Amino acid sequence: MSGRLAANARVVAALGARSVRQTLRRPQLAAPLIIFPTLLLAIQTGGAGGAVDLPGFPEVNGFLDFMLAGAMVQSCLLAGNSGGIALALDIEMGFTDRLFAAPVSRYSVVLGRLAGTTVLGAFTAVWFIAIGLISGATIEEGVLGAIWIIALVAATALAFGSIGAAIALRTNSASVVQGLFPLVFVILFLSSAFFPANLMLEPAASVAEYNPLSFIVEGLREPILSSFDGEDELLALGSVLALMAFGLWMCALALKGRVRRGA
Amino acid sequence: MSARQSGGAIRVLMRRALNEITRVPGAAIPGVLAPSIFFLGLTSVFGSLTLLPGFDTQSYQSFLIPVSLMQGAAFTGAATGVNLARDIEQGWFDRLLASPAPRPVLLAGLVLSASFRALIPATFLLIVAFAIGAEWPGFGGLALALLIVMGMAIVAATWGTSLAMRFKSQSAAPLMQAGMFLAVLLTTAYAPLELLQGWLQEIARINPVTQVIEAARQGFIGEDVTWAGTWPGLLALAGLAVLFTWMALRAMRRMTA
Repeated sequence: MSGRLAANARVVAALGARSVRQTLRRPQLAAPLIIFPTLLLAIQTGGAGGAVDLPGFPEVNGFLDFMLAGAMVQSCLLAGNSGGIALALDIEMGFTDRLFAAPVSRYSVVLGRLAGTTVLGAFTAVWFIAIGLISGATIEEGVLGAIWIIALVAATALAFGSIGAAIALRTNSASVVQGLFPLVFVILFLSSAFFPANLMLEPAASVAEYNPLSFIVEGLREPILSSFDGEDELLALGSVLALMAFGLWMCALALKGRVRRGA
Repeated sequence: MSARQSGGAIRVLMRRALNEITRVPGAAIPGVLAPSIFFLGLTSVFGSLTLLPGFDTQSYQSFLIPVSLMQGAAFTGAATGVNLARDIEQGWFDRLLASPAPRPVLLAGLVLSASFRALIPATFLLIVAFAIGAEWPGFGGLALALLIVMGMAIVAATWGTSLAMRFKSQSAAPLMQAGMFLAVLLTTAYAPLELLQGWLQEIARINPVTQVIEAARQGFIGEDVTWAGTWPGLLALAGLAVLFTWMALRAMRRMTA
Protein backbone atom coordinates (compact mmCIF):
# COMPACT_ATOMS: atom_id res chain seq x y z
CA MET A 1 0.00 0.00 0.00
CA SER A 2 2.70 2.46 1.04
CA GLY A 3 4.76 1.32 -1.96
CA ARG A 4 1.93 2.22 -4.32
CA LEU A 5 1.52 5.58 -2.60
CA ALA A 6 5.25 6.27 -2.98
CA ALA A 7 5.11 5.32 -6.67
CA ASN A 8 2.18 7.68 -7.27
CA ALA A 9 3.96 10.44 -5.32
CA ARG A 10 6.97 10.01 -7.62
CA VAL A 11 4.66 10.30 -10.65
CA VAL A 12 3.11 13.49 -9.26
CA ALA A 13 6.57 14.96 -8.57
CA ALA A 14 7.95 14.02 -12.00
CA LEU A 15 4.92 15.34 -13.89
CA GLY A 16 4.85 18.46 -11.72
CA ALA A 17 8.50 19.18 -12.56
CA ARG A 18 7.75 18.55 -16.26
CA SER A 19 4.80 20.95 -16.08
CA VAL A 20 6.96 23.73 -14.58
CA ARG A 21 9.73 23.18 -17.19
CA GLN A 22 7.18 23.13 -20.01
CA THR A 23 5.65 26.43 -18.89
CA LEU A 24 9.01 28.15 -18.50
CA ARG A 25 10.18 26.91 -21.93
CA ARG A 26 7.08 28.04 -23.82
CA PRO A 27 6.75 31.83 -23.83
CA GLN A 28 3.07 31.60 -24.80
CA LEU A 29 2.39 29.74 -21.52
CA ALA A 30 4.78 31.73 -19.29
CA ALA A 31 3.94 35.23 -20.54
CA PRO A 32 0.34 35.33 -19.22
CA LEU A 33 1.54 34.34 -15.74
CA ILE A 34 4.17 37.02 -15.25
CA ILE A 35 4.53 39.52 -18.07
CA PHE A 36 0.88 40.39 -18.67
CA PRO A 37 -0.13 40.88 -15.00
CA THR A 38 3.10 42.82 -14.31
CA LEU A 39 2.48 45.20 -17.23
CA LEU A 40 -1.14 45.69 -16.23
CA LEU A 41 -0.08 46.27 -12.61
CA ALA A 42 2.40 48.94 -13.70
CA ILE A 43 -0.03 50.66 -16.07
CA GLN A 44 -3.00 50.60 -13.69
CA THR A 45 -0.88 51.78 -10.77
CA GLY A 46 0.47 54.65 -12.86
CA GLY A 47 -2.85 55.41 -14.54
CA ALA A 48 -5.31 55.16 -11.68
CA GLY A 49 -2.97 55.94 -8.77
CA GLY A 50 -4.85 59.14 -7.98
CA ALA A 51 -7.74 56.96 -6.76
CA VAL A 52 -6.24 56.86 -3.26
CA ASP A 53 -7.52 60.44 -2.81
CA LEU A 54 -11.13 59.41 -3.42
CA PRO A 55 -13.42 59.61 -0.39
CA GLY A 56 -14.09 56.06 0.84
CA PHE A 57 -10.79 54.62 -0.42
CA PRO A 58 -9.13 52.51 2.30
CA GLU A 59 -6.09 53.88 4.10
CA VAL A 60 -3.03 52.78 2.11
CA ASN A 61 0.64 53.74 1.79
CA GLY A 62 0.22 53.83 -1.97
CA PHE A 63 -1.96 52.48 -4.79
CA LEU A 64 0.65 49.81 -5.55
CA ASP A 65 0.12 48.29 -2.09
CA PHE A 66 -3.57 48.03 -2.88
CA MET A 67 -3.06 46.58 -6.38
CA LEU A 68 -0.54 43.85 -5.51
CA ALA A 69 -3.19 41.34 -4.35
CA GLY A 70 -5.19 41.88 -7.56
CA ALA A 71 -2.13 41.21 -9.72
CA MET A 72 -1.41 37.98 -7.82
CA VAL A 73 -4.97 36.70 -8.22
CA GLN A 74 -4.96 37.66 -11.89
CA SER A 75 -1.77 35.65 -12.30
CA CYS A 76 -3.42 32.66 -10.53
CA LEU A 77 -6.41 32.76 -12.86
CA LEU A 78 -4.14 32.91 -15.89
CA ALA A 79 -1.96 30.11 -14.44
CA GLY A 80 -5.10 27.96 -14.21
CA ASN A 81 -5.97 28.81 -17.81
CA SER A 82 -2.39 28.16 -19.03
CA GLY A 83 -2.26 24.84 -17.13
CA GLY A 84 -5.54 23.80 -18.75
CA ILE A 85 -4.22 24.70 -22.21
CA ALA A 86 -1.01 22.73 -21.60
CA LEU A 87 -2.99 19.67 -20.42
CA ALA A 88 -5.31 19.92 -23.44
CA LEU A 89 -2.27 20.10 -25.75
CA ASP A 90 -0.91 16.95 -24.08
CA ILE A 91 -4.27 15.25 -24.69
CA GLU A 92 -4.37 16.40 -28.34
CA MET A 93 -0.83 15.08 -28.92
CA GLY A 94 -1.63 11.72 -27.30
CA PHE A 95 0.85 12.15 -24.43
CA THR A 96 -1.86 11.92 -21.75
CA ASP A 97 -3.30 8.75 -23.32
CA ARG A 98 0.11 7.09 -23.04
CA LEU A 99 0.28 8.11 -19.36
CA PHE A 100 -3.24 6.78 -18.76
CA ALA A 101 -2.18 3.46 -20.27
CA ALA A 102 0.70 3.22 -17.75
CA PRO A 103 0.24 1.36 -14.44
CA VAL A 104 -0.27 4.54 -12.39
CA SER A 105 -3.41 6.16 -11.07
CA ARG A 106 -5.12 8.55 -13.50
CA TYR A 107 -5.60 10.93 -10.59
CA SER A 108 -1.81 11.08 -10.13
CA VAL A 109 -1.41 12.16 -13.74
CA VAL A 110 -3.82 15.08 -13.21
CA LEU A 111 -2.39 15.88 -9.77
CA GLY A 112 1.07 16.08 -11.37
CA ARG A 113 -0.15 18.85 -13.66
CA LEU A 114 -1.79 20.61 -10.70
CA ALA A 115 1.39 20.30 -8.62
CA GLY A 116 3.19 22.20 -11.37
CA THR A 117 0.51 24.92 -11.38
CA THR A 118 0.82 25.20 -7.58
CA VAL A 119 4.60 25.69 -7.78
CA LEU A 120 4.12 28.31 -10.52
CA GLY A 121 1.54 30.05 -8.31
CA ALA A 122 4.04 30.23 -5.43
CA PHE A 123 6.66 31.55 -7.86
CA THR A 124 4.36 34.35 -9.08
CA ALA A 125 3.60 35.30 -5.44
CA VAL A 126 7.34 35.64 -4.74
CA TRP A 127 7.72 37.63 -7.99
CA PHE A 128 4.99 40.13 -7.11
CA ILE A 129 6.18 40.49 -3.52
CA ALA A 130 9.69 41.22 -4.84
CA ILE A 131 8.39 43.66 -7.48
CA GLY A 132 6.25 45.36 -4.86
CA LEU A 133 9.02 45.73 -2.30
CA ILE A 134 11.49 47.00 -4.91
CA SER A 135 8.92 49.56 -6.10
CA GLY A 136 8.24 50.88 -2.62
CA ALA A 137 5.32 48.82 -1.35
CA THR A 138 5.33 47.47 2.19
CA ILE A 139 3.91 44.31 3.73
CA GLU A 140 2.63 45.52 7.08
CA GLU A 141 2.36 42.02 8.53
CA GLY A 142 6.04 41.36 7.76
CA VAL A 143 7.60 37.97 7.02
CA LEU A 144 4.63 36.05 8.43
CA GLY A 145 2.34 38.00 6.11
CA ALA A 146 4.59 37.23 3.12
CA ILE A 147 4.53 33.50 3.94
CA TRP A 148 0.72 33.58 4.23
CA ILE A 149 0.48 35.37 0.85
CA ILE A 150 2.73 32.82 -0.89
CA ALA A 151 0.78 29.89 0.58
CA LEU A 152 -2.63 31.37 -0.27
CA VAL A 153 -1.58 32.30 -3.83
CA ALA A 154 -0.19 28.77 -4.37
CA ALA A 155 -3.47 27.26 -3.10
CA THR A 156 -5.48 29.65 -5.30
CA ALA A 157 -3.42 28.63 -8.35
CA LEU A 158 -4.15 24.99 -7.51
CA ALA A 159 -7.88 25.75 -7.22
CA PHE A 160 -8.07 27.55 -10.58
CA GLY A 161 -5.70 24.98 -12.11
CA SER A 162 -8.11 22.20 -11.15
CA ILE A 163 -10.98 24.01 -12.90
CA GLY A 164 -8.80 24.53 -16.01
CA ALA A 165 -7.77 20.85 -15.93
CA ALA A 166 -11.39 19.71 -15.60
CA ILE A 167 -12.35 21.73 -18.69
CA ALA A 168 -9.37 20.32 -20.60
CA LEU A 169 -10.27 16.74 -19.61
CA ARG A 170 -13.90 17.30 -20.54
CA THR A 171 -13.32 19.01 -23.92
CA ASN A 172 -9.93 17.57 -25.02
CA SER A 173 -9.39 20.85 -26.88
CA ALA A 174 -6.71 23.49 -26.27
CA SER A 175 -8.62 26.06 -28.32
CA VAL A 176 -11.72 25.67 -26.12
CA VAL A 177 -9.66 26.25 -22.95
CA GLN A 178 -7.87 29.16 -24.65
CA GLY A 179 -11.27 30.59 -25.58
CA LEU A 180 -12.02 31.00 -21.86
CA PHE A 181 -9.23 33.60 -21.60
CA PRO A 182 -11.62 36.60 -21.83
CA LEU A 183 -13.74 35.05 -19.07
CA VAL A 184 -10.77 35.47 -16.72
CA PHE A 185 -11.08 39.23 -17.12
CA VAL A 186 -14.84 39.22 -16.71
CA ILE A 187 -14.40 37.44 -13.34
CA LEU A 188 -11.60 39.83 -12.37
CA PHE A 189 -13.51 42.98 -13.27
CA LEU A 190 -16.49 41.74 -11.26
CA SER A 191 -14.39 41.47 -8.09
CA SER A 192 -12.53 43.87 -5.83
CA ALA A 193 -9.21 42.83 -7.44
CA PHE A 194 -8.49 46.28 -8.90
CA PHE A 195 -10.63 48.67 -6.85
CA PRO A 196 -12.58 48.75 -3.57
CA ALA A 197 -16.06 47.30 -4.16
CA ASN A 198 -17.70 50.31 -2.43
CA LEU A 199 -16.26 52.64 -5.11
CA MET A 200 -17.14 50.50 -8.12
CA LEU A 201 -20.16 51.25 -10.29
CA GLU A 202 -23.32 49.14 -10.20
CA PRO A 203 -24.02 46.34 -11.02
CA ALA A 204 -20.34 45.34 -10.78
CA ALA A 205 -20.17 46.64 -7.19
CA SER A 206 -22.96 44.31 -5.99
CA VAL A 207 -21.50 41.31 -7.82
CA ALA A 208 -18.06 42.05 -6.36
CA GLU A 209 -19.51 41.97 -2.82
CA TYR A 210 -20.36 38.26 -3.20
CA ASN A 211 -17.73 37.12 -5.73
CA PRO A 212 -15.51 34.48 -4.04
CA LEU A 213 -12.57 36.05 -5.86
CA SER A 214 -13.13 39.23 -3.83
CA PHE A 215 -12.83 37.20 -0.59
CA ILE A 216 -9.53 35.72 -1.80
CA VAL A 217 -8.23 39.15 -2.82
CA GLU A 218 -9.16 40.66 0.54
CA GLY A 219 -7.42 37.78 2.33
CA LEU A 220 -4.25 38.57 0.39
CA ARG A 221 -4.62 42.33 0.73
CA GLU A 222 -5.15 42.40 4.49
CA PRO A 223 -1.56 41.49 5.53
CA ILE A 224 -0.17 43.95 2.94
CA LEU A 225 -2.25 46.94 4.08
CA SER A 226 -2.58 46.29 7.82
CA SER A 227 -2.39 43.12 9.90
CA PHE A 228 -4.15 39.78 10.19
CA ASP A 229 -7.69 40.19 11.45
CA GLY A 230 -8.76 36.55 11.17
CA GLU A 231 -12.11 37.09 9.45
CA ASP A 232 -10.76 38.08 6.02
CA GLU A 233 -8.20 35.28 6.13
CA LEU A 234 -10.83 32.67 7.05
CA LEU A 235 -13.15 33.84 4.28
CA ALA A 236 -10.26 33.69 1.78
CA LEU A 237 -9.25 30.21 2.89
CA GLY A 238 -12.84 29.00 2.79
CA SER A 239 -13.30 30.38 -0.75
CA VAL A 240 -10.08 28.77 -1.98
CA LEU A 241 -10.99 25.41 -0.44
CA ALA A 242 -14.50 25.54 -1.89
CA LEU A 243 -13.15 26.35 -5.39
CA MET A 244 -10.51 23.65 -5.03
CA ALA A 245 -13.09 21.04 -3.96
CA PHE A 246 -15.31 22.03 -6.89
CA GLY A 247 -12.42 21.85 -9.38
CA LEU A 248 -11.13 18.49 -8.12
CA TRP A 249 -14.65 17.07 -8.10
CA MET A 250 -15.08 18.21 -11.74
CA CYS A 251 -11.72 16.60 -12.60
CA ALA A 252 -12.81 13.33 -10.99
CA LEU A 253 -16.09 13.39 -12.92
CA ALA A 254 -14.26 14.13 -16.18
CA LEU A 255 -11.81 11.26 -15.55
CA LYS A 256 -14.68 8.86 -14.81
CA GLY A 257 -16.40 10.05 -17.99
CA ARG A 258 -13.25 9.27 -20.00
CA VAL A 259 -13.13 5.75 -18.53
CA ARG A 260 -16.81 5.23 -19.42
CA ARG A 261 -16.18 6.42 -22.98
CA GLY A 262 -13.07 4.22 -23.17
CA ALA A 263 -10.84 7.23 -23.77
CA MET B 1 2.17 48.21 -63.85
CA SER B 2 -0.19 51.12 -64.50
CA ALA B 3 -2.00 53.02 -61.75
CA ARG B 4 -5.26 51.40 -62.85
CA GLN B 5 -3.76 47.92 -62.66
CA SER B 6 -2.26 48.73 -59.24
CA GLY B 7 -5.67 49.90 -58.01
CA GLY B 8 -7.21 46.67 -59.28
CA ALA B 9 -4.57 44.57 -57.50
CA ILE B 10 -5.16 46.48 -54.24
CA ARG B 11 -8.93 45.93 -54.55
CA VAL B 12 -8.47 42.19 -55.12
CA LEU B 13 -6.14 41.84 -52.13
CA MET B 14 -8.53 43.84 -49.93
CA ARG B 15 -11.41 41.68 -51.11
CA ARG B 16 -9.47 38.52 -50.24
CA ALA B 17 -8.72 39.81 -46.71
CA LEU B 18 -12.32 40.92 -46.21
CA ASN B 19 -13.59 37.52 -47.41
CA GLU B 20 -12.48 36.12 -44.08
CA ILE B 21 -15.26 38.05 -42.37
CA THR B 22 -17.99 36.43 -44.46
CA ARG B 23 -16.39 32.99 -44.62
CA VAL B 24 -15.07 32.76 -41.04
CA PRO B 25 -17.28 35.12 -39.01
CA GLY B 26 -15.83 33.69 -35.78
CA ALA B 27 -12.42 35.14 -36.66
CA ALA B 28 -13.73 38.65 -35.97
CA ILE B 29 -15.01 37.76 -32.48
CA PRO B 30 -11.73 38.12 -30.49
CA GLY B 31 -11.13 41.58 -31.98
CA VAL B 32 -14.62 42.63 -30.90
CA LEU B 33 -14.81 40.77 -27.59
CA ALA B 34 -11.50 41.77 -25.98
CA PRO B 35 -11.91 45.57 -26.23
CA SER B 36 -15.58 45.29 -25.26
CA ILE B 37 -14.79 43.31 -22.09
CA PHE B 38 -12.05 45.78 -21.19
CA PHE B 39 -14.37 48.71 -21.85
CA LEU B 40 -17.22 47.37 -19.72
CA GLY B 41 -14.86 46.11 -17.02
CA LEU B 42 -12.73 49.23 -16.72
CA THR B 43 -15.70 51.59 -16.68
CA SER B 44 -17.28 49.53 -13.88
CA VAL B 45 -14.07 49.34 -11.88
CA PHE B 46 -12.55 52.80 -12.37
CA GLY B 47 -15.75 54.78 -12.99
CA SER B 48 -15.37 56.74 -9.74
CA LEU B 49 -12.10 58.27 -10.94
CA THR B 50 -14.13 61.05 -12.56
CA LEU B 51 -14.79 62.37 -9.03
CA LEU B 52 -11.13 63.40 -8.84
CA PRO B 53 -10.49 67.09 -9.50
CA GLY B 54 -8.89 67.53 -12.94
CA PHE B 55 -11.08 65.10 -14.87
CA ASP B 56 -12.52 66.62 -18.05
CA THR B 57 -15.83 64.74 -17.85
CA GLN B 58 -18.22 63.20 -15.32
CA SER B 59 -18.72 60.15 -17.55
CA TYR B 60 -15.91 57.60 -17.47
CA GLN B 61 -17.61 55.76 -20.35
CA SER B 62 -17.12 58.87 -22.49
CA PHE B 63 -13.52 59.24 -21.32
CA LEU B 64 -12.63 55.61 -22.00
CA ILE B 65 -14.46 54.87 -25.25
CA PRO B 66 -11.74 56.39 -27.52
CA VAL B 67 -9.17 54.13 -25.81
CA SER B 68 -11.30 51.04 -26.44
CA LEU B 69 -11.84 52.12 -30.06
CA MET B 70 -8.05 52.32 -30.49
CA GLN B 71 -7.64 48.92 -28.81
CA GLY B 72 -10.14 47.40 -31.24
CA ALA B 73 -8.33 48.98 -34.18
CA ALA B 74 -4.96 47.86 -32.84
CA PHE B 75 -6.08 44.25 -32.35
CA THR B 76 -7.64 44.17 -35.83
CA GLY B 77 -4.50 45.63 -37.39
CA ALA B 78 -2.24 43.23 -35.52
CA ALA B 79 -4.44 40.35 -36.73
CA THR B 80 -3.50 41.35 -40.29
CA GLY B 81 0.10 40.64 -39.34
CA VAL B 82 -0.86 37.23 -37.93
CA ASN B 83 -2.79 36.39 -41.12
CA LEU B 84 0.19 37.43 -43.24
CA ALA B 85 2.50 35.23 -41.12
CA ARG B 86 0.11 32.32 -41.83
CA ASP B 87 0.24 33.11 -45.58
CA ILE B 88 4.05 33.19 -45.42
CA GLU B 89 4.16 29.84 -43.57
CA GLN B 90 1.84 28.27 -46.14
CA GLY B 91 3.81 29.65 -49.10
CA TRP B 92 0.97 31.77 -50.48
CA PHE B 93 2.81 35.05 -49.98
CA ASP B 94 5.83 33.74 -51.97
CA ARG B 95 3.53 33.37 -54.95
CA LEU B 96 2.38 36.98 -54.49
CA LEU B 97 5.99 38.17 -54.36
CA ALA B 98 6.65 36.33 -57.63
CA SER B 99 3.80 38.25 -59.32
CA PRO B 100 4.49 41.47 -61.30
CA ALA B 101 2.62 43.55 -58.66
CA PRO B 102 4.90 46.17 -57.04
CA ARG B 103 5.62 45.56 -53.35
CA PRO B 104 3.91 48.75 -52.11
CA VAL B 105 0.74 47.53 -53.87
CA LEU B 106 0.89 44.20 -52.01
CA LEU B 107 1.32 46.03 -48.69
CA ALA B 108 -1.43 48.52 -49.47
CA GLY B 109 -3.93 45.72 -50.11
CA LEU B 110 -3.18 44.20 -46.72
CA VAL B 111 -3.26 47.33 -44.60
CA LEU B 112 -6.24 49.00 -46.28
CA SER B 113 -8.35 45.92 -45.63
CA ALA B 114 -7.43 46.24 -41.93
CA SER B 115 -8.65 49.84 -41.89
CA PHE B 116 -12.12 48.75 -43.06
CA ARG B 117 -12.25 45.66 -40.83
CA ALA B 118 -11.52 47.88 -37.81
CA LEU B 119 -14.93 49.48 -38.28
CA ILE B 120 -16.58 46.23 -37.08
CA PRO B 121 -15.30 46.34 -33.47
CA ALA B 122 -15.67 50.13 -33.52
CA THR B 123 -19.35 49.91 -34.42
CA PHE B 124 -20.01 47.26 -31.76
CA LEU B 125 -18.12 49.25 -29.12
CA LEU B 126 -19.96 52.46 -29.94
CA ILE B 127 -23.34 50.71 -29.63
CA VAL B 128 -22.33 49.31 -26.23
CA ALA B 129 -20.92 52.67 -25.10
CA PHE B 130 -24.00 54.69 -26.06
CA ALA B 131 -26.21 52.03 -24.44
CA ILE B 132 -24.46 52.45 -21.09
CA GLY B 133 -24.35 56.22 -21.13
CA ALA B 134 -21.43 57.53 -23.18
CA GLU B 135 -22.05 61.05 -24.46
CA TRP B 136 -22.99 61.59 -28.12
CA PRO B 137 -19.92 63.21 -29.69
CA GLY B 138 -21.82 64.90 -32.52
CA PHE B 139 -21.53 63.86 -36.16
CA GLY B 140 -18.21 65.65 -36.53
CA GLY B 141 -16.75 64.02 -33.42
CA LEU B 142 -18.00 60.59 -34.47
CA ALA B 143 -16.65 60.94 -38.01
CA LEU B 144 -13.27 62.04 -36.67
CA ALA B 145 -13.18 59.13 -34.21
CA LEU B 146 -13.94 56.62 -36.99
CA LEU B 147 -11.32 58.20 -39.27
CA ILE B 148 -8.77 57.86 -36.47
CA VAL B 149 -9.86 54.23 -35.89
CA MET B 150 -9.10 53.50 -39.57
CA GLY B 151 -5.76 55.28 -39.30
CA MET B 152 -4.83 53.38 -36.15
CA ALA B 153 -5.68 50.09 -37.86
CA ILE B 154 -3.31 51.03 -40.71
CA VAL B 155 -0.56 51.78 -38.18
CA ALA B 156 -1.15 48.46 -36.37
CA ALA B 157 -1.34 46.55 -39.66
CA THR B 158 1.94 47.97 -40.96
CA TRP B 159 3.54 47.18 -37.58
CA GLY B 160 2.12 43.62 -37.70
CA THR B 161 3.11 42.97 -41.32
CA SER B 162 6.65 44.26 -40.74
CA LEU B 163 7.03 41.76 -37.88
CA ALA B 164 5.38 38.97 -39.89
CA MET B 165 7.89 39.46 -42.71
CA ARG B 166 10.76 39.74 -40.26
CA PHE B 167 9.93 36.55 -38.26
CA LYS B 168 7.97 34.65 -40.97
CA SER B 169 6.05 32.81 -38.23
CA GLN B 170 2.71 33.08 -36.45
CA SER B 171 4.61 32.64 -33.19
CA ALA B 172 5.42 36.37 -33.46
CA ALA B 173 1.71 37.09 -32.85
CA PRO B 174 2.13 38.01 -29.14
CA LEU B 175 4.77 40.58 -30.13
CA MET B 176 2.43 42.15 -32.68
CA GLN B 177 -0.44 42.34 -30.16
CA ALA B 178 1.62 43.30 -27.10
CA GLY B 179 3.36 46.14 -28.95
CA MET B 180 0.03 47.72 -29.84
CA PHE B 181 -1.50 46.95 -26.44
CA LEU B 182 1.32 48.85 -24.74
CA ALA B 183 1.27 51.71 -27.24
CA VAL B 184 -2.42 52.33 -26.47
CA LEU B 185 -2.26 51.90 -22.68
CA LEU B 186 0.94 53.89 -22.06
CA THR B 187 -1.04 57.06 -22.75
CA THR B 188 -3.76 59.07 -21.05
CA ALA B 189 -5.89 55.91 -21.29
CA TYR B 190 -7.00 55.80 -17.64
CA ALA B 191 -6.82 59.45 -16.59
CA PRO B 192 -5.84 62.91 -17.88
CA LEU B 193 -2.10 63.59 -18.11
CA GLU B 194 -2.00 65.70 -14.92
CA LEU B 195 -3.45 62.82 -12.88
CA LEU B 196 -1.06 60.13 -14.11
CA GLN B 197 1.66 59.01 -11.70
CA GLY B 198 5.38 59.82 -12.24
CA TRP B 199 6.89 57.50 -14.85
CA LEU B 200 3.64 56.92 -16.75
CA GLN B 201 3.09 60.66 -17.06
CA GLU B 202 6.55 61.05 -18.64
CA ILE B 203 5.98 58.17 -21.09
CA ALA B 204 2.45 59.35 -21.98
CA ARG B 205 3.81 62.83 -22.65
CA ILE B 206 6.21 61.55 -25.35
CA ASN B 207 4.08 58.66 -26.65
CA PRO B 208 2.57 59.80 -29.99
CA VAL B 209 -0.49 57.60 -29.43
CA THR B 210 -1.48 59.98 -26.59
CA GLN B 211 -2.11 62.65 -29.25
CA VAL B 212 -4.16 60.16 -31.26
CA ILE B 213 -6.38 59.33 -28.28
CA GLU B 214 -6.76 62.97 -27.27
CA ALA B 215 -7.88 63.85 -30.81
CA ALA B 216 -10.46 61.04 -30.87
CA ARG B 217 -11.63 61.95 -27.34
CA GLN B 218 -12.59 65.60 -28.08
CA GLY B 219 -16.23 65.09 -29.04
CA PHE B 220 -16.93 62.40 -26.45
CA ILE B 221 -15.98 64.53 -23.45
CA GLY B 222 -18.15 67.43 -24.54
CA GLU B 223 -15.39 69.57 -26.07
CA ASP B 224 -15.72 71.23 -29.46
CA VAL B 225 -13.86 69.34 -32.15
CA THR B 226 -11.21 71.80 -33.27
CA TRP B 227 -8.37 71.69 -35.76
CA ALA B 228 -5.96 72.58 -32.96
CA GLY B 229 -7.08 69.50 -31.04
CA THR B 230 -7.06 67.30 -34.11
CA TRP B 231 -3.89 67.92 -36.12
CA PRO B 232 -1.40 66.58 -33.53
CA GLY B 233 -3.26 63.25 -33.56
CA LEU B 234 -3.41 63.08 -37.34
CA LEU B 235 0.28 64.00 -37.57
CA ALA B 236 1.16 61.28 -35.05
CA LEU B 237 -0.83 58.71 -37.04
CA ALA B 238 0.81 59.77 -40.29
CA GLY B 239 4.28 59.65 -38.73
CA LEU B 240 3.73 56.17 -37.27
CA ALA B 241 2.22 54.90 -40.53
CA VAL B 242 5.20 56.19 -42.55
CA LEU B 243 7.71 54.67 -40.11
CA PHE B 244 6.05 51.22 -40.01
CA THR B 245 5.39 51.21 -43.77
CA TRP B 246 9.10 51.84 -44.33
CA MET B 247 9.90 48.97 -41.94
CA ALA B 248 7.44 46.66 -43.71
CA LEU B 249 8.73 47.48 -47.20
CA ARG B 250 12.30 46.99 -46.01
CA ALA B 251 11.38 43.60 -44.54
CA MET B 252 9.64 42.69 -47.80
CA ARG B 253 12.72 43.62 -49.84
CA ARG B 254 14.86 41.46 -47.52
CA MET B 255 12.53 38.51 -48.07
CA THR B 256 13.33 38.54 -51.77
CA ALA B 257 16.97 39.63 -51.54
